[in-house]
Amino acid sequence: MTLLRAEGLVKSFGKTHALDGAGISIREGEVVAVMGPSGSGKSTLLHCIAGILPPDSGTVHYRDRDLTAMSDSERSELRRTEFGFVFQFGQLVPELTCLENVALPLRLSGMKRKDAERAATDWLARLEVDGVADQRPGETSGGQGQRVAVARALVTGPKVIFADEPTGALDSLNGERVMHLLTTAARETGAAVVLVTHEPRVAAYSDREVVVRDGRSRDVEFAR
Amino acid sequence: MMCIVPRMSIGHALLGLLEGGPRHGYDLKRAYDERFGQDRPLHYGQVYSTLSRLLKNGLVTEAGVEAGDGPERKRYAITDAGVTDVERWLSTPEKPEPYLQNTLYAKVVLALLSGRSAAEVLDTQRSAHLNTMRELTRRKTDGDLADQLICDFALFHLEADLRWLELTAARVDQLAVEVMR
Ligand SMILES: Nc1ncnc2c1ncn2[C@@H]1O[C@H](COP(=O)(O)OP(=O)(O)O)[C@@H](O)[C@H]1O
Ligand SMILES: [Mg+2]
Repeated sequence: MTLLRAEGLVKSFGKTHALDGAGISIREGEVVAVMGPSGSGKSTLLHCIAGILPPDSGTVHYRDRDLTAMSDSERSELRRTEFGFVFQFGQLVPELTCLENVALPLRLSGMKRKDAERAATDWLARLEVDGVADQRPGETSGGQGQRVAVARALVTGPKVIFADEPTGALDSLNGERVMHLLTTAARETGAAVVLVTHEPRVAAYSDREVVVRDGRSRDVEFAR
Repeated sequence: MMCIVPRMSIGHALLGLLEGGPRHGYDLKRAYDERFGQDRPLHYGQVYSTLSRLLKNGLVTEAGVEAGDGPERKRYAITDAGVTDVERWLSTPEKPEPYLQNTLYAKVVLALLSGRSAAEVLDTQRSAHLNTMRELTRRKTDGDLADQLICDFALFHLEADLRWLELTAARVDQLAVEVMR
């Protein structure tokens, strides 16, 4: 079943046409790689379909809800409850421990500290980084930090994980480990993954790819 | 599935395996398949024709024959010349060969010359490459360290091809102008 569907997305930054009629469709539980050269509009596309950035025109539907017609607070509520995010780096709160970082989204949803931390501990173990639970993000290696970020993205049981170059700052071995753990966990929980990457070996963890070029995307599934 | 041990020199591989001690042809085939055959096991014919070539060139010698007929009764041992040959093989780098580029380049140029879409040729190839990379990635995930290393080798090569495809795709318009001149 189609979970997310965007059509005719246009987005400009001043004179730069970042998106020029892009579209994409994501089905439940699938891992889709968004590929394309640097500057082609991949991140802008991801931000638009995740409800972070409003497009100038075009539509984004999550199930039967139109994101472009929602208020800011409705959109942030949707992001908090249905989506998870992993970026290249810098997404963890530096003052909190890794455990507190992973527990944070649950705390923000009103869960009790003890329950939130128990769930966070489980997720850190699944991502094989329970060893850094009490360290701050700055004290971990890049690979460990990204696994903590993946745990934080998954802890709320989201339906879609948006990952923008999640391995961009890692070496091959660590990058592949993160991809393996991310896609395995997503498949186990049934979450779909929208994976922005320009690296073919990272894209190889996906089920299919959508190619963005000059702000336009080529999604072969789209016509269906 | 692609061949992930391209142009493997079977002769050298068999010689290398014989350095561990004399073996029957059948044993050799099994050892080869286990380590290097992956989804392309050797045919018996290949094993025996390779062994007879090695024998003729003095790189192996017969080391005892069991009663009965047929090549499968013979044991083979590596000779000093064989060991030297293995050493030379190991110390000589493989030719850094361009794999598909020539064929793909020809396809792109011919598409442009005939007014077809070169971008489509490149997209189709990219998609095929990625599918193979997905298969290798799955196999790597399920495999042991040997599988991982062998699959990674193929994956890095396919990735290099893909980079070339990307770069070419970005310069297709420029290329069109040049080939039409
Ligand atoms: N916040 C912004 N302000 C100005 N220009 C931007 C902004 N975000 C993206 N762009 C421009 O839009 C184009 C697409 O960018 P982006 O979506 O980040 O591409 P990609 O992720 O594929 O590298 C680029 O030319 C980029 O410079
Ligand atoms: Mg980007």
